[in-house]
Amino acid sequence: MLEQSNVTITGVSVDEVRHLISDRAPKGETVLLNMGPQHPSTHGVLRLLLELDGEIVVNCIPDVGFLHTGVEKNMEAKTYVKAAVMTDRLDYLNTVGNNLAYCLAIEKLVDLDVPPRAQAIRVILTELQRIASHLVWLGTHALDLAAMSVFLYCFREREHILDILEMVGGQRMMTTYIRPGGLWRDTPVEFEAAVRRFLDLFPARIDEYEALLTKNPLFIERTRNIGVLAKEDALHWGATGPILRASGVAHDLRKARPYSGYELYDFDIPSMTAGDTYARYVVRVEEMRQSVRIVRQALDKLPYGPVRSNNRKYVPPPRSEIGTSMEALIHHFKLWTEGFTPPVGAVYHAVESPRGELGVYLESDGSPKPYRVHWRTPSFVNMQVLPSLAKGRLVADLVALIGTIDIVLGDVDR
Amino acid sequence: MDDKLQKAVEALTNRCAAQTSEFRSDISLIVASEHLVEACQTLHEEFGYDVLAELTAVDYWPQQKPRFHVVYGLRCLQDNLFLMLRVPLDGNAPSLPTITTVYANANWFERELWDMFGIHIEGHPDLRRILMPYEWEGHPLRKDYPLGYEEVQFSFNFDEIDIRKPYAKE
Repeated sequence: MLEQSNVTITGVSVDEVRHLISDRAPKGETVLLNMGPQHPSTHGVLRLLLELDGEIVVNCIPDVGFLHTGVEKNMEAKTYVKAAVMTDRLDYLNTVGNNLAYCLAIEKLVDLDVPPRAQAIRVILTELQRIASHLVWLGTHALDLAAMSVFLYCFREREHILDILEMVGGQRMMTTYIRPGGLWRDTPVEFEAAVRRFLDLFPARIDEYEALLTKNPLFIERTRNIGVLAKEDALHWGATGPILRASGVAHDLRKARPYSGYELYDFDIPSMTAGDTYARYVVRVEEMRQSVRIVRQALDKLPYGPVRSNNRKYVPPPRSEIGTSMEALIHHFKLWTEGFTPPVGAVYHAVESPRGELGVYLESDGSPKPYRVHWRTPSFVNMQVLPSLAKGRLVADLVALIGTIDIVLGDVDR
Repeated sequence: MDDKLQKAVEALTNRCAAQTSEFRSDISLIVASEHLVEACQTLHEEFGYDVLAELTAVDYWPQQKPRFHVVYGLRCLQDNLFLMLRVPLDGNAPSLPTITTVYANANWFERELWDMFGIHIEGHPDLRRILMPYEWEGHPLRKDYPLGYEEVQFSFNFDEIDIRKPYAKE
């Protein structure tokens, strides 16, 4: 029998979460058990405090913050451009998308134009990144449900995308390739061929994953009617991304509020009405196919031209000008020492990350450093539906549910 | 401004004495904290703002009074509209009513406000720290909270710095 006041579970006294557990726990009828922070199925450093009645989850209390790195506070102490490097580190499976969200917020704040070529390359890279992120999700989700081989295939294709990112940005993951006003530099000549090679190969590979899972009775058994999230609940909990779309709301910021020229491309928003784990699987797989469509169109229409804005008050001049133009030298010096100073004001800009709405709230006080940056991350918001989904299910289903929400703990904890 | 957005803004101006401002086509309404729940309910029930997209705060210490602005971003999916509410808050024992009754996902956002800014949320079902360790002192995103740094230990002063270094020594 548990004595209420002196029982602690790794540091936190039970009193502190007493209002979240049932009356049966103090009587010893149910068991309190930690799942995580070190656990292969929590997809990172996530701790779940479970109240279990045998194998049934009575209550599930997520404990987050283990990966909190104070990015928002740190960004307040750096200039706008220097702070951009930290954006990759938030959601490490959607690095390009984080750069994009941050740069779009800055561009909205200072009213900066971005050349069409840069916009198209941004779209290509973020869509490739979306595929890469969904591949990690698919691989680990299947692995959690004991389908080992899917994981290996998914990571094989993800490697192609990481190679493309390395080709353009010099880094496999933390590229910081998208900069305020455009891109760091133009893509290398072999970029287009490499992306086309991937596009030719990838649709058949999606068919392979589907052959392994979509009609697999074991997979269906573990996912269908598990973690059903009704449309009203999804909205009430503010869920976004594939979770919302699998519950019957075809809301996608790429369509609803197009940015970076998404309005130029023809693509569908896959949605389902079942709202269960299987529906979320179908939606994400279909999203990969749609991303292939977008990348192909963007590549076909890829315009030539500059990849950085010509507004020298915000964007550094090309290296070639520095040797010949005094003005360019001054701009270069000012931008890399002091940084640019946006007007006073606050903006909120949101993009559709692989996990949902990724928003950046950016406030400027007219100094070269952001006064306040807030990352509205999709994982943080989507995680909140987990306790209601897990209630009354088996522990084994909980593993499927963590996977289906597709959390990235770097994104939750910031 | 969009017609439907205009209607919502007018309703809030009349009922909750909201002040409107616009920056880069984003509409913000300044609402007093006593009208916050009413404003959220009005937007949610009458105007279809069904999703709480964003909730955060800004600390204006020491330049400006009142010290905090709490920012709420509300989204209407059907009409594809977005609206921000800003609630000015005094720095002396800042406190706000919870809006978890209107939007369930305000729960963690409000815990983050408490954790990072020390803004107390009245009526919150589960007001604990969320990102910082539970025994942490202070509220890191306040402007009077120093950024902090780690002293680098070299061989000649390793032990000296180790004594005052704040980390678990076991």
